[in-house]
Amino acid sequence: MFFDHLVLGAVEAEHSFLNIGDILATLVIFLILLFLLKKFAWGPLMGIMQQREELIASEIEAAESSRTESQKMLDEQRSLLKEARNEALEIVESAKRQGEASREEIITAAREEANRIKENAVLEIGNEREKALAAVREEVVALSMLAASRVLGKELSEEENRQLIDETIAKAGEVQ
Amino acid sequence: MEHHLAPTFELFGITFNASNVLMLLIAAAIVFLIALVSTRNLKLKPTGMQNFMEWVMDFVKGIIKSNMDWKTGGSLHVLGITLLMFIFVANMLGLPFAIVVDGYLWWKSPTADPGVTLTLAAMIIILSNYYGIKAKGFGAYAKDFTQPMWFLTPIKIIEEFANTLTLGLRLYGNIYAGEILLSLLAGLATTGAVGFLAAVLPTLAWQGFSVFVGSIQAFIFVMLTMVYISHKVADDH
Repeated sequence: MFFDHLVLGAVEAEHSFLNIGDILATLVIFLILLFLLKKFAWGPLMGIMQQREELIASEIEAAESSRTESQKMLDEQRSLLKEARNEALEIVESAKRQGEASREEIITAAREEANRIKENAVLEIGNEREKALAAVREEVVALSMLAASRVLGKELSEEENRQLIDETIAKAGEVQ
Repeated sequence: MEHHLAPTFELFGITFNASNVLMLLIAAAIVFLIALVSTRNLKLKPTGMQNFMEWVMDFVKGIIKSNMDWKTGGSLHVLGITLLMFIFVANMLGLPFAIVVDGYLWWKSPTADPGVTLTLAAMIIILSNYYGIKAKGFGAYAKDFTQPMWFLTPIKIIEEFANTLTLGLRLYGNIYAGEILLSLLAGLATTGAVGFLAAVLPTLAWQGFSVFVGSIQAFIFVMLTMVYISHKVADDH
């Protein structure tokens, strides 16, 4: 009994061995299924998988490019910062130099001014002294004349007197 | 296990097995529904059934890639997925139960019929020869039959038929044997309380094993399909 079933097509032993209809049905059903699935299921699914692949590829590309761009910007910023720092250093340096120079200048000018004022003062003092000495001398001559005329009781000629007194004073100056 | 009859009918002078036609239609409908449901609302970020379908696609892609490069094998992707799903579902259909009405067997795996599996196998072999001619031209295709030695040509021709037979009968034998044993166990279960208790565990085990066999057979069928086609298409053999 068991072995009956192991014979090919045992189920339909009483019919023809080959059922053409089954072959046709299998082929037609399978091919229709293939067609329908391709149109309604696998096609769209493959499409979306393809789309995802493309999306991922483009995303990776975009990330790569934005990474290089940000790297470039970073480098740019870094160099700008360096430049700015150098510039600032230079400005400070030049300001310092300029300050030094103007300090020197001011000091020199002040010193010159002081020297000039001092010289002027010395000159003026000399002049005044000369002037004062001359006045004193004049006064002394007049007084001496007056005193001598009182002592002598007589009027000496103006010429002779002056000569005499000048000599006296000169002698006195030498003695001094 | 009684000797079941096949519910045949004739149309335009051609004999059809109504049960085969019915089960093929059911299997095709289930595959189509699964595929349709899981590919609605396709998203770039896949969820749920779409994940499963994409896994199936990648699985078949892996099978194809292990046999030929994707450039020539890409067009077989759809065929591979459909074959895998269809044969798997067909194998599973006969597992939970069989329906016999008035001695006619109605519900069974369509792949438990040699006519069906041999048709699929023949389709694959014819397809492989077609792809061989298409890829290399008829001259190079015919020359392959004389390789590596001219006197092997008859064997090469026989090989085509042997491939058809082994491809179809392997699937048929595995599924048919599984159903035979299941119906024997079911017969045992209906003999009485003792028989029922005795049959529960073996039935459970055999059904689990049949799920495994059905999956493996679907995989092997697709794998061999790609192997045969790659033999015909590839240059170096």
